[in-house]
Amino acid sequence: MIATAPALPSPVPNETAFALALGLLLLAPLAIAGLALVNTGLGRSRSAAQAMLGNLAIAAVAVLVFALAGASIAGASGAASLSIRAAGKSWDLLGLGPFLLGGLGAAAPQAQLALLFEFVAVAMTAMIPWGSGADRWRLAGGCAAAAVLGGIVFPLVAHWSWGGGFLAGLGANFGLGAGFLDAAGAASVHLLGGLAALALVWIAGPRRGKFPKEGLSTAIPGHSAVYVLFGCLLTLVGWLAWNVAGAIVWLHAPLAALPGTAIGTVLSASAALLATLAITRFRFGKPDASLCANGWLAGLVTSSACAAVATPFESIFAGAVAGLVTPLLVELRELALSIDDPSGAIVVHGAAGLWGLIAAGVFAAPAGQLLAQLVGVAALLGIALPLVYLLFALLNRAIAFRVDPDGERIGMDLHELGGSAYPEFVLHRDESYR
Amino acid sequence: MKYAGLLVMPAGFFLTLAALVLFADGTRRFAFVLCGLAVVAMGLAVAVRSHMPAKGANRP
Repeated sequence: MIATAPALPSPVPNETAFALALGLLLLAPLAIAGLALVNTGLGRSRSAAQAMLGNLAIAAVAVLVFALAGASIAGASGAASLSIRAAGKSWDLLGLGPFLLGGLGAAAPQAQLALLFEFVAVAMTAMIPWGSGADRWRLAGGCAAAAVLGGIVFPLVAHWSWGGGFLAGLGANFGLGAGFLDAAGAASVHLLGGLAALALVWIAGPRRGKFPKEGLSTAIPGHSAVYVLFGCLLTLVGWLAWNVAGAIVWLHAPLAALPGTAIGTVLSASAALLATLAITRFRFGKPDASLCANGWLAGLVTSSACAAVATPFESIFAGAVAGLVTPLLVELRELALSIDDPSGAIVVHGAAGLWGLIAAGVFAAPAGQLLAQLVGVAALLGIALPLVYLLFALLNRAIAFRVDPDGERIGMDLHELGGSAYPEFVLHRDESYR
Repeated sequence: MKYAGLLVMPAGFFLTLAALVLFADGTRRFAFVLCGLAVVAMGLAVAVRSHMPAKGANRP
């Protein structure tokens, strides 16, 4: 049944809020730049150029495909949508907006801001799995996966939570708080990106030599801790902009509430970093730089869900839990589950996003909010993960994700680009003699 | 088994939706939604387990 959904309350922001949100959304891509540095730094030096080019190409493909087709599915609150009627309720499943950004010029400023937010969000979502596939995922496969994420999966989830879909309508239909809260993309971006990363590593498999026949997994450290840690600093700027912009665009937060969102973001990340630093110091005798970076990012991801609804103390608590759990889950993932994820995206984006969404349900004031968050999490895990896995598995048959063994041995830079990221340095002396 | 786990996961999600439709009482709803999430988690566990390389198997 095609219907025009009843418009949810979405007051047009005043000019100050509009200008502020626009300015913040122009800064938000710094989060993407930071993530690109983290993804690249955690991979091998012989794949660094391919990793960084992949980040750019994947963001470009995801944004273009989303603009051409995905934005139609993502829709907007109050716009035409496909809904079914069951159990006396209307279930809004996907948007049916115009293709190719039709009618954008005449759209309300609020709708244009929402679209810009979704552009940044889809680029980030598509880049998250790229770090997990480092050192073995072909550029063509990465771009194809970005097209699938940008054209089908992200728009679907974005419609459910941002475009007036059934998750957003849980409040109006079932009295569950304000409906599913996803102010800054903890679900649509991070949890979805983390699940896509999990599907990818299942399909592509681990790097050669990562899990030998005998003994424990082999540690393959990232090639530049400086890239990784500077990337973390850069993500803070982007995340601050992103979380505050999300509060304006999706929660219609008043200006007076915005500093609290920014404060919550910083507190969450700081608590997470210190918690990870303490736990790695305790477990390994010295702080671990890459795990601390993972902890910092996990705190930021948690803040994407919580910062707009939590008090400063609650933000510290949510961040600290994320920081404590992240290194333990990374260890579990690698040692017990044999999942090779160089960037740690499955834990950093997936698990921390999941925790943040549940914590937001606990901290948010309206009754029933926790239940709405749990249903949203079930939708992501129960529908989005199998869908992504199925689409990636089909795609892998058409465009092989994994590079051939020789390409993996010489490195993705030489194999795919014909040149190294660091041509002035001899990086692999053993191979240069072969 | 890979696909069995992935097929169980949507079933868990539909259980959470059924909880919203079937129960008006908050406590029962909450309990039923948790059951749905447990089914999702079970499917995820099966999927994770079936993707793990067997011990001693030839690995890349």
